[in-house]
Amino acid sequence: MRAAWLIRLCLWLLLCLFLAEPQLFADILRPLNRENAPTIYTQGVLWQLTLIHLTLTAVATLAASIVAITLAILVTRRSGRDFLPLSRSVANIGQTFPPVAVLALAVPVLGFGSAPTLVALFLYGLLPIFENTVTGLTTIPPSVSEAARGVGMTAAQRLFKVELPLAAPLILTGIRVSAVISLGTATIGSTVAARTLGEVIIAGLLTNNMAFIVQGAALVGVLAILIFDLLTVAERAFANRFGASATA
Amino acid sequence: MIEIDAVSKIYGAMTAVETVSFNVEAGTVAAIVGTSGSGKTTLLRMINRLVEPSSGAIRIDGEDTRTVKPFELRRRIGYVIQGYGLFPHKTVAENIATVPQLVGWERARIDQRINELLDVFQLNPAEYRDRLPSELSGGQQQRVGVARALAAEPHILLMDEPFGALDPIIRNKARDDLSAIQKKFGTTVILVTHDMDEAIQLGDMIAVMDGGRLLQYDTPQNILLHPAHPFVADLIGQNERPFRLLSLAPVSTAVESGDAEGAPVAETATLRDAFAEMLWSRRSALPVVSARNERIGRVTMDAISRRAAKMQ
Repeated sequence: MRAAWLIRLCLWLLLCLFLAEPQLFADILRPLNRENAPTIYTQGVLWQLTLIHLTLTAVATLAASIVAITLAILVTRRSGRDFLPLSRSVANIGQTFPPVAVLALAVPVLGFGSAPTLVALFLYGLLPIFENTVTGLTTIPPSVSEAARGVGMTAAQRLFKVELPLAAPLILTGIRVSAVISLGTATIGSTVAARTLGEVIIAGLLTNNMAFIVQGAALVGVLAILIFDLLTVAERAFANRFGASATA
Repeated sequence: MIEIDAVSKIYGAMTAVETVSFNVEAGTVAAIVGTSGSGKTTLLRMINRLVEPSSGAIRIDGEDTRTVKPFELRRRIGYVIQGYGLFPHKTVAENIATVPQLVGWERARIDQRINELLDVFQLNPAEYRDRLPSELSGGQQQRVGVARALAAEPHILLMDEPFGALDPIIRNKARDDLSAIQKKFGTTVILVTHDMDEAIQLGDMIAVMDGGRLLQYDTPQNILLHPAHPFVADLIGQNERPFRLLSLAPVSTAVESGDAEGAPVAETATLRDAFAEMLWSRRSALPVVSARNERIGRVTMDAISRRAAKMQ
């Protein structure tokens, strides 16, 4: 456990240091580069790009969470159960579209910039959260649902006092998966002029600058690892609070 | 009093419960016995409207249950199921507090009630209040399940195979506890079981169901002595009848004056216990003592065998 915390701390420090003073790392990246080419991306400020990238991911994940959880609740109610297969297909189709295709389709409608990227990230985030919420809400032990009805809870009380708390660990897992997918996919947004860390990678590709590519990719990679880890820790704390049976 | 009045439940082409009628007096225990698929659970679930009857009416103290909102009705009726259905994310205390919270008791009153019930069920409140259900044994979960059902002081307790998941030794103890608690609180209990022994041990009245129909509703004594249907006789078991009959009556009902050798038997023990002791110690009579340990007479093999016979 202690080693894990140490690694975690080191990674966070390294990330902050790189964002605050990227020039410190120039020497490490220089061997990757042709001579005289710039080593550190300076057309945009790295920490600003990171912040925008994270905001974009957070907004998309939040929106996807709200929509997916609401939808999952609706289709697991008795009155909405008929729509469960349909909504599953729709969410699945959302996932089969390549993100680039979604961007290409969204640009004529929404123009260049962050808007089409948000749409693509939102659509991509729906499925994992939706599927996990549906699974969580439909795998509650029958005796527990029966007891919740038997003690005289109303439908709303059953949902908020029993079903959602029991499904919470699974829902959180879905949100985590979705957030990490979004974080990676957001880089593609830079192909339609969204300001994300993808900009650094694309600049590197266009000018054949390996140092740019590596720093952009490494930043996104480290962010993904750290956020995955952060949400895992949060999830575990939550599961502990809700008892041993909720760890699944 | 609970009146079940010509109640039926029909699912499509299948009749789960067919015009069943019987009354359960307040403060008594009615056991519904039957094989799986006999409609006994469906009947039970119609009492708290987890299942809506297709026809007929159920009245509690004269009030038709259809005039009450289902969730309000259920808050007034304790309900215990086979898997207990404890909320796994809530502590023992929170589980027990469920219904009192739903009906809006004050915090202090709820706390006091939780401690009272845990004491009654022999679970030390200080030790068990904050445990999660997963940290309890099967027998403890069962007791918490019953405590939760009794928390808001319901007059009626519905139990669906409440002891089914317990091992035999704990099951016997749990039945004794239920009897004691039922007498203490004066609760009306309707209990569903597939086990005739359990029905005889706990029931003041027994309802035997098969294929959705009520075959017989009578006292355990009459069910044993005068089964109304071959199926009822089958359920009792031919070679178990005399022993079951003996288990219904305490020794005090067969005491005669006189003395006997050896260790005494308590007057509250069943005749079946006395009979077993006679066989085991090769005696034909046992001295009987009262609760205060005074000798009040004896019970003989002769008296017992008369009571185990068909013609009384």
